[in-house]
Amino acid sequence: MPAVQETVEQVRSIDVDQYKYGFFTDIESEKAAKGLTEETVRFISAKKDEPEWMLEWRLEAFRRWQTMREPDWARVNYPPIDYQELYYYAAPKKKDGPKSIDDIDPEILATYEKLGIPLRERDALLGIESGASRVAVDAVFDSVSVATTFKEELAKAGVIFMPISEAIREYPELVKKYLGSVVPVTDNFFATLNSAVFSDGSFVYVPKGVRCPMELSTYFRINERNTGQFERTLIIADEGAYVSYLEGCTAPMRDENQLHAAVVELVALADAEIKYSTVQNWYPGDSQGKGGIYNFVTKRGDCRGDRSKISWTQVETGSAITWKYPSCILRGDESRGEFYSIAISNGYQQVDSGTKMIHLGKNTTSRIISKGIAAGHSDNTYRGLVSAHRKATGARNFTNCDSLLIGDKCGAHTVPYIESKNSSAQFEHEATTSKISEDQLFYCQQRGLDPEEATALIVNGFVKDVLQQLPMEFAVEAQKLISVSLEGSVG
Amino acid sequence: MAMLEIDNLHAKIEGEEGREILKGLTLSVNPGEVHAIMGPNGSGKSTLSYILAGKEDYEVTDGSVTFEGEDLLEMEIDERAAKGLFLAFQYPIEVPGVATMTFLRSALNAQRKKRGEEEISTPDFLRLIRERAGGLGISQDMLKRGVNVGFSGGEKKRAEILQMAVLQPKLCILDETDSGLDIDALKVVSEGVNALRSPDRAMIVITHYQRLLNHIVPDVVHVMNKGRIVRSGGKELALELEANGYAEYQQDAA
Repeated sequence: MPAVQETVEQVRSIDVDQYKYGFFTDIESEKAAKGLTEETVRFISAKKDEPEWMLEWRLEAFRRWQTMREPDWARVNYPPIDYQELYYYAAPKKKDGPKSIDDIDPEILATYEKLGIPLRERDALLGIESGASRVAVDAVFDSVSVATTFKEELAKAGVIFMPISEAIREYPELVKKYLGSVVPVTDNFFATLNSAVFSDGSFVYVPKGVRCPMELSTYFRINERNTGQFERTLIIADEGAYVSYLEGCTAPMRDENQLHAAVVELVALADAEIKYSTVQNWYPGDSQGKGGIYNFVTKRGDCRGDRSKISWTQVETGSAITWKYPSCILRGDESRGEFYSIAISNGYQQVDSGTKMIHLGKNTTSRIISKGIAAGHSDNTYRGLVSAHRKATGARNFTNCDSLLIGDKCGAHTVPYIESKNSSAQFEHEATTSKISEDQLFYCQQRGLDPEEATALIVNGFVKDVLQQLPMEFAVEAQKLISVSLEGSVG
Repeated sequence: MAMLEIDNLHAKIEGEEGREILKGLTLSVNPGEVHAIMGPNGSGKSTLSYILAGKEDYEVTDGSVTFEGEDLLEMEIDERAAKGLFLAFQYPIEVPGVATMTFLRSALNAQRKKRGEEEISTPDFLRLIRERAGGLGISQDMLKRGVNVGFSGGEKKRAEILQMAVLQPKLCILDETDSGLDIDALKVVSEGVNALRSPDRAMIVITHYQRLLNHIVPDVVHVMNKGRIVRSGGKELALELEANGYAEYQQDAA
């Protein structure tokens, strides 16, 4: 209830067309030469001080990528991307690597502070005293991770949480074993590109039987012009382990489009559970559709062990184009996959997002709740696959896709694919499309709410089932974000 | 000074040529008074309530409406609400996923803010709701459900009266609040309305039937036909209508 009020204040305080996170941080940076060649790949690998096997892995990906074509089946339109016009590596310039948070460029710290992300453990610790829950943060600025908090405390519990570039050097066996095991190098055009040039991201390993003592979180920030961000996240929950992880994303306002092609891999072994939440707020472009991030992301979780569980929750409000299908491979018997999504598009944003639930094991279950909200001139598509392998006896899925239209110039589309090769599988699919009606607005206004307050309230009601899935502190943030994204959508 | 002053009001459906629905309606309502407006289907009763609330589908072509000395027709819908105008809907609208409790608090605070008042504190709000809901037989469970979602006809009408009781408007317009109510529900709703009668508050009760007026006894009864008030009188006028029907007025106006 108070959150709704906050939402409303937030909406008031921001002018139409003003993306709150659109500032640019002026720091010196070091970039790889423009364009993508084998040299670029070698440069990145050398910058990261990588072992030979990692370089080979990248080069293989690069060679493969050169033979691939960009996918064109999604319901999105954009001019061809010139991959030779991009920078593939940009890092804040520094003499030596940061030894502690105090060594980080104050400008960068200021940036994260503006974003409302406390990097300083001190501050975070103060947060504990005031009763806020604790969140360990890994901050990725352009291509590199600049700070990871609470590392030591996590280490005590046996949890590894560090930039993936460090993990490659410090835990090569774990990385070798799991990297590319969920999203293979050859998976798709953008994932393969990422495999060749990824520069950083987060690595999490939760050992057997450990319940990670705090929320883990990574904040991604694209700062440099013409720079692609290719982060790579790998999370492994060993047998019986539990971890909840959240990523947040922002970028400055730019006239040109920027490419973000991330890969996230989750592995849950027997009885393990991973909860992965995303609040995606990349710059969406201006109200005329100029600029904005191309968010072409491959996210997949593998419920590798019996009774394992992976849950994706996403609140997607940013990006000019979103192409993203966080999926679950339900390999272990009785494993469970969940996908909860709120995707909001306004202005000229294009969203093509959904999930894949691949039932391989016996008695596997999955649940999909998708809420798409289209406003302005945007297009919002849910695309999902639910499939049962012939051995997936007793597989069950429940899917609910609801779309809400605001105004009459936007579009909502639902494209569900259902395949069952096992006669005992039970799949249910429900879908609705509705409009915020004049009557609803009139009713709310008659009670004293102005049109924007009324819209925020109606939309928050529409997405309630999904918001409930987010960790508490992020649910409030997400709720604000929803209202801000719908700014100016009421005529 | 009258609270509400309607003078020679003419209105039609927005964008449509021709047919006027209100054709020179004049009405004056003082604080503390309860006015009943009765009339056959299509006489323009509901249109009047929508125009007072500010629904955008209508166009006022002539006349004026003054609310506490201010031009009502110039105000936005939510501004009218904040000034104290409340419309109990004939068909209350559903708002899925928004708990009735949340809805009411958002509405109350939105109004208070527009009036430059402090937001209500959580304990005060809970106290207010508990106090008002009890009398109307509205359970905690109902307050947690989405606004009007899955409510029976009677529950919807009771919820409207609860909203009115919480928002405490100056002018209450009840649009066929009795429709769809059985005799017991009618009693509960009427008691809820009567509890809100006060020397500072005015009410306009729109209805087809006299039976509601046995419970909510009006000070003045108006007969409306073809967009105009054709006769006004005391509460006994309602009984006369009940006995003779509207035929007489329809002929008069034809």
